[in-house]
Amino acid sequence: MTDLTVGAVSPFALPRRGRSFPAMNQDTAFFWEGTKAHQLLIQRCTSCGRLRHPPGPACPHCHSFEWNTVVSAGTGTLYSFVVQRHPTAPAFDGPAVIVLVELDEGVRVISNVAIDPDTLVIGERLEVGFVDQDEGFTVTEFHRPN
Amino acid sequence: MTGKAAIVGIGATEFSKNSGRSELRLAIECITAALADAGIAPEEVNGLLTLTMDNNGVGSVARSLGIRSVSLFAEIPGGGGGGCGTVALAAAAIEAGLADVVVCYRAMNERSQERFGLPTATYGGGGLATSAAIDRSWHAPYGLSTPASTIGMTARRYMHEYGATSEDFGRVSVASRRHAATNPKAWFYGKPITLEDHQASRMIVDPLHLLDCCQESDGGVAIVVVSAERARAAARASGAGASGAGGVLISGAAQGMGPEPVLMSNYYRDVITTTQETGIAARQLWQQSGLSAADIDVAILYDHFTPAVLMQLEALGFCGVGEAPDFIRDGAIEIDGRLPVNTHGGQLGEAYIHGFNGIAEAVRQLRGTAVNQVADARHVVVTSGSHVPTSALVLSRL
Repeated sequence: MTDLTVGAVSPFALPRRGRSFPAMNQDTAFFWEGTKAHQLLIQRCTSCGRLRHPPGPACPHCHSFEWNTVVSAGTGTLYSFVVQRHPTAPAFDGPAVIVLVELDEGVRVISNVAIDPDTLVIGERLEVGFVDQDEGFTVTEFHRPN
Repeated sequence: MTGKAAIVGIGATEFSKNSGRSELRLAIECITAALADAGIAPEEVNGLLTLTMDNNGVGSVARSLGIRSVSLFAEIPGGGGGGCGTVALAAAAIEAGLADVVVCYRAMNERSQERFGLPTATYGGGGLATSAAIDRSWHAPYGLSTPASTIGMTARRYMHEYGATSEDFGRVSVASRRHAATNPKAWFYGKPITLEDHQASRMIVDPLHLLDCCQESDGGVAIVVVSAERARAAARASGAGASGAGGVLISGAAQGMGPEPVLMSNYYRDVITTTQETGIAARQLWQQSGLSAADIDVAILYDHFTPAVLMQLEALGFCGVGEAPDFIRDGAIEIDGRLPVNTHGGQLGEAYIHGFNGIAEAVRQLRGTAVNQVADARHVVVTSGSHVPTSALVLSRL
């Protein structure tokens, strides 16, 4: 995988330390265990089969507490994005390009791209990657498909 | 809950960037000013309402005011979404007989002491896994952690879906700063801006410029609510007649929370380019009051960020979804327009007191004492923060 985190290469490089450490509980820890294994997991209700993100304790449709996870194909489209310039986002040396991606499975996730935002087009295809953090957790990043 | 309660007093401190006083002192200053405005002694207060985000607990306020018996006290969540909700709860409680004189307050050193515009701090890693911390964890590790960035994501999609431009957002700012320029109590008194100024201001979070963002302010505002019957009696006693004096009728008051709420980041619902929470509150307002958008003379719309004003115009029914940029293009929301909005200068121009200063402006418009007075204003709609669990009011002449 291309290393997208080399600061000297891009002003939009993705940091490997100093990010907000995610809080997690029994309903959400699976997601962060998944990213650590470089898998994007989506919670799935085993009663009605619906996917949900962000995850939670029960299905908002059928109210079942039973769930498992599916591994996302990791592909989707750019739904919206912002460039956090001022103040600089925690851990980022320069502008943070923050994206809202609609996964092909139908749920949306927040992530980053190390792409010049002036070239981003809503609706363009993106695919997931992962950036391990020194603090021991892993976040997603998205990039254009090869 | 229609027309059973009234606002009879408003009070405020000065609005600044460094009050030099404690937040509790600001609270007591604006509350005593509001009670003096109402002609009611502090000992008569038996209800105290504020926001969960306010740092002045109801107990500390009661103690400082010397109130010895309080029968109603609560804090409304949702950050700036809660302001009108305190008044709604006051009105409901008064109608239910839970309290007689209710003070709603918000006081903060939000520029000199605690800056809301900064990224929210790190979570987890040993911290409490509250539901709010869990919610933020889907965003904060990616740098999405300021109010401007969370609304910016919605604003970008709004631009994409409806062809709205940064200039469309800028017209909201120009209108507010025009109104602030003639309001001596506004931070930006005497400082109007042009659309060119807006476009030239630095980017905070693309697509939002600095002049799309509200201020950070120090100050406090308090509102006194009693029964409409008591307000009318006070008006008669003052010789001003039942429709005069300081009282204004609460003809609609409601909260609203939309589907799949995630703080101010409702990115997981089908449509993210509307503020459904404001729409839910609006439907109740029109039902309670028997009024519609066409009956409204002045609108006080929560302007934490300019795109939010456009989406609230749509949610309230002043225009269709996606039509707000056209609705405001000819200056409709300026003082001489079809629907003057934020005649005090709003939070972009006057001060950011979590919208409580906007409730006070609505009262002034109905009393006929606003600095930018709209002739013969009879009904004013007021909203609290959009894109969060919110609330709204329709206020009318008593």
